[in-house]
Amino acid sequence: MAKITYIAHDGSQFEVEADNGSTVMENAIKNAVPGIEAECGGACACATCHVYVDDAWVEKTGAAEAMEEDMLDFAYDVQPNSRLSCQIKVRDELDGLVVKVPERQA
Amino acid sequence: MSVIADPVETDAVIIGAGPVGLFAVFELGLLDLKCHLIDILDRAGGQCAELYPEKPIYDIPAWPEISGQGLTDRLMEQIKPFDPEFHFNRMVTAVDKLEDGSFLVTTDENEVIKAKVVVIAAGGGSFQPKRPPVPGIEAFEDKSVFYSVRRMEEFRDHDILIVGGGDSALDWTLSLQPIAKSLTLLHRRDAFRGAPDSVNKMKALVEEGKINLQLGQVTGLNGADGLVESASVKTKEGDEIEVKCSRVLPFFGLTMKLGPIADWGLNLNENLLPVDTEKFATSEPGIFAIGDINTYPGKLKLILSGFHEAALMAHAAKKYIAPDERIVFQYTTSSTSLQKKLGV
Repeated sequence: MAKITYIAHDGSQFEVEADNGSTVMENAIKNAVPGIEAECGGACACATCHVYVDDAWVEKTGAAEAMEEDMLDFAYDVQPNSRLSCQIKVRDELDGLVVKVPERQA
Repeated sequence: MSVIADPVETDAVIIGAGPVGLFAVFELGLLDLKCHLIDILDRAGGQCAELYPEKPIYDIPAWPEISGQGLTDRLMEQIKPFDPEFHFNRMVTAVDKLEDGSFLVTTDENEVIKAKVVVIAAGGGSFQPKRPPVPGIEAFEDKSVFYSVRRMEEFRDHDILIVGGGDSALDWTLSLQPIAKSLTLLHRRDAFRGAPDSVNKMKALVEEGKINLQLGQVTGLNGADGLVESASVKTKEGDEIEVKCSRVLPFFGLTMKLGPIADWGLNLNENLLPVDTEKFATSEPGIFAIGDINTYPGKLKLILSGFHEAALMAHAAKKYIAPDERIVFQYTTSSTSLQKKLGV
């Protein structure tokens, strides 16, 4: 289990208890976090679950893999801490994770 | 003046050649209905081919694991006995009902097919180029910003800016470079998704000074009356620069849009077509909707649901076409007449 905080673009915060092995995207959808669309359902095929990982967590979440980087090409305002939330799997070490939702999903 | 040629005639036009549209050919074929399929992509498979050809699907009955492409290939094999006709790279723009209850289906290339029934199996809609997230880009579209190259001559002697890192961006960089006044390829990072051979050719052109490669993202377009003069670019290093350009070609992949279906007078519910669960008929008799594009109480957007819907729809379509004909329900395992149709 890990607590994840989503910060929507308008600043509103959503705290979610997430099961290990689920993805950061799935927990956002399940809890209706605004701004995460996940058009392709988590196949790393659309770039509409783009988030910015809080700087303090960038190291723990790790870097995007090649396929995810390819998809991020289609995202809006990609920054060094950009990730696709369907590719971040929840685990104990991510307890307290904070991610920000971009202004828009492409 | 466009003259409409004599329409091709068939029993069913299926809009969308994804897995559900393909399986509809099978179910309609068992009832002796011949099909034409129309799809905006250049091949069959729909989302399975475009979004996840390599990715495994785990919930197809009797296939513990199958890739999107594998499923498409097997469906193509399964419907081969029914000899469907495919019209790829086409979008259906209009569906008009005739007095006798049949339909004229028109594509964006002005082809017309006359069909007794229309089956909409369009999934999430048609795949269309994704508009890049650049404020105000709409004002330049189709004047100096294009999402595809229809005629290369329109790019001759222009300062061309191509944005993207996949095959489309690389291919057009290589093709347009010889006729461009200047060409800049702009990509977010120094890794490209395209074919390695194209990447090497592009890098060679950069070495020779024939094209500019800029790493960064477009933040704005500058110009007037739809004619772009330059693009504001935030470089990978974080600097803001201006890139001179009179033509921009952004290649940001594809997205799904409902498209012209919304204009056919059918009842819609949040971009989906409400149907009944007996016939999968839309609000217009003779037009059916199956797969992800439809909605009904309890709907699950699963490929297997679409297959089920295709079977029931086929029987309803047959009844619409031949109301007085008695349909004898048969199994492919035991019916010699069905087996004859399947060529087994």
